Amino acid sequence: MINDLPELGEFPEGWKRKHLLGLEDLTKEELLILLDKAQVFRNAFDEGRRKFSFLSGHTSVTLFFENSTRTRTSFTLAAQRLGASCVAFAASTSSLSKGESVIDTAKNLEAMGCESMVVRHSTPGIPHLLAESVDCSIINAGDGAHEHPTQGLLDILTMRQRLGNLEGKTVCVVGDIAHSRVARSNAWGLKKLGAHVIVCGPSTLVSPYWEEMGVEYSHNLDALLPRVDVLNMLRIQFERQFTSPFPSIREYSLLFGMNGERLRRAKPELLVIAPGPINRGVELTPEVADGPQSAILDQVSNGLAVRMAVLWLTDGARKRLAQAK
Amino acid sequence: MQSILIKNGRVIDPSQGMDCVTNVLIENGRITGFGLQPSGREREIDAEGKIVAPGFVDLHTHLREPGFEESETIFSGTDAALNGGYTTICCIPNTNPPIDTPADVEFIQDQAVRADHCNVCVIGCISKNREGKELAEMGNLARKGVVGFSDDGSDIENAELLRRAFEYAQMFDLPIMCHTEDKNLANRGVMNEGLVATRLGMRGIPSIAEDVMTARAIMLAEYTKGRLHLMHISTAKGVELIREAKCHGVNVTAEVTPHHLTLTDELLVSFDTNLKMAPPLRTQADVDACVAGLLDGTLDCIATDHAPHSAEKKQREIDLAPFGIVGLETSLAVLNTELILKGKMSWTQLIEKMSWNPAKVVKLKEGRGTLAQGAVADVVIIDPELRWTVTEKEFRSGSANSPWLGKELVGRAVCVLVNGRIRLLRR
Repeated sequence: MINDLPELGEFPEGWKRKHLLGLEDLTKEELLILLDKAQVFRNAFDEGRRKFSFLSGHTSVTLFFENSTRTRTSFTLAAQRLGASCVAFAASTSSLSKGESVIDTAKNLEAMGCESMVVRHSTPGIPHLLAESVDCSIINAGDGAHEHPTQGLLDILTMRQRLGNLEGKTVCVVGDIAHSRVARSNAWGLKKLGAHVIVCGPSTLVSPYWEEMGVEYSHNLDALLPRVDVLNMLRIQFERQFTSPFPSIREYSLLFGMNGERLRRAKPELLVIAPGPINRGVELTPEVADGPQSAILDQVSNGLAVRMAVLWLTDGARKRLAQAK
Repeated sequence: MQSILIKNGRVIDPSQGMDCVTNVLIENGRITGFGLQPSGREREIDAEGKIVAPGFVDLHTHLREPGFEESETIFSGTDAALNGGYTTICCIPNTNPPIDTPADVEFIQDQAVRADHCNVCVIGCISKNREGKELAEMGNLARKGVVGFSDDGSDIENAELLRRAFEYAQMFDLPIMCHTEDKNLANRGVMNEGLVATRLGMRGIPSIAEDVMTARAIMLAEYTKGRLHLMHISTAKGVELIREAKCHGVNVTAEVTPHHLTLTDELLVSFDTNLKMAPPLRTQADVDACVAGLLDGTLDCIATDHAPHSAEKKQREIDLAPFGIVGLETSLAVLNTELILKGKMSWTQLIEKMSWNPAKVVKLKEGRGTLAQGAVADVVIIDPELRWTVTEKEFRSGSANSPWLGKELVGRAVCVLVNGRIRLLRR
């Protein structure tokens, strides 16, 4: 059954982007449009209105050169619930193993007719390269350690739902900051909304350069805890490291893992989120992950809403640009 | 052989402190006089409004042949050299096979003669097969006329081997030319480690990866009293180390590339693979230190590190694309546009750094790098006001992997004479 969604309103005049490549480039106004529309989709979802026809006739391809289950599923469901058809392209089953370039692959897929591509790649900048090479909308679903805008958005949406206005709030991203696109997208988005952002982790994974990006950096989680409103606990990305940046997982967990004992020393209303999949017992103990201050499952539902909003907005902008031509 | 008279050009020759408007007479392939009037027997070249200088000498050209002919050949690379105003280039031995035997040297020399574009000097490998394990037959290579030894493309990890190289090469009075980079510290990086790499989430190559090895090379040269030439210095710390070494009398010379004098890592926000090279583009502070080091004589030469790569290799993900950019055909225009026209450097300094000093580093014979009377007539005539846009079709190189594609630059070689013969004449 197809639902109506009158709350979505007219297409926002302030949204002109047919691609979503990162949160660094967005203005605060654009960020707020995304979050507000995502909230509309989330509310409808909670009321059981989950299927729409805004993107009927639209074909979306998920072009993933890196493994992912939940992001891909989330984008696929988002496209389908907007009435689009969605095709998955997996690098391992493609001609990329035969040396076909990323651009060639994207052009081939576009030649078959598609309106959007959701791209994940281990190299920073690949979505940007594709955005210059194809006509369809490009949505960055993670490019190396650079950006993961929809994850940043869903984290921020989750914080907004729990904390309201984020102006003046302190958000601490903990973990493997060096290799984290989530940390970067969080930082850009949160700073635009007036939040204070701290990145925290081992000194081998958190460089002083973050300070020049307007972000506080720290290697001491215990010292920070009392003044933090939100903790975003990153997963340690074992696959991105060539040399070991810390001596052992046990030691990492000891210094930076979130457990019940640390929870009791934090603000009582502390919100704990994690982009998942988490390594249980490393970044978070089950007590924290499944406790009342955790919003991990909420994040997943918000992810779907954010991706619906992104697909709806970029599709609208693409159609308007095409008409203008 | 017809005599040539280059008329009314501004003749700049740092080797004899010359900078004046005069005529240059070339007879039998050699410079024979200044200020003479036409006798009617010579071919006349009007150089009014142009600069007449000793042809450029590049200490760092990757000709790619043998082994990587899809990117460059000795024919196309030497043609590119002429197009950029070079009369002599020194080719780097990281070909496949690497240039580590007399036969390899002869092959290059023969191909260069066939191409008949510019002079090609060969740099031989330091180690056999460029593996960094045992010394190549340096004496045998020296007899074939190599002008130096280098394993450029990577550093020599084994410091003991490098020490032996410094000691051994002294028998032939040839420089050890070091690409200074600690592979472990470079940690498979893609661009300079710093704020920009942090923002972009790109793996960084720290400046220290270069500096520790620059320091090591200097210390080994000092200890062995060997001759060291440092290649493509890119960091402020490196410049400082060399300045200090020269003060202490270490026998060291150094080169810097046009891109490390003019571009910074900020540009990488475009993710353009033509901005990926080793060493990587550094920060503005490094660029400023390199320019200062060039002007105060710490850095002796400007060398291109001309590193052609075919489009299909460069059009890859930036972390998989090869390191390197072409440079022979843009160096003059880039340095004029970015340094001379901005008042940071004079023409005399540019010519000193691109002709006279590099000729001295590799001890070119027969007066190359100078316009002194009796010298072989390797001459470049430069139009300092010629505006041109860098496009793929402007390149004679086999590759066009240039970060300046699409840019308008000022200044270009319009005539090049090699051994007294006109090899380039732009109309």
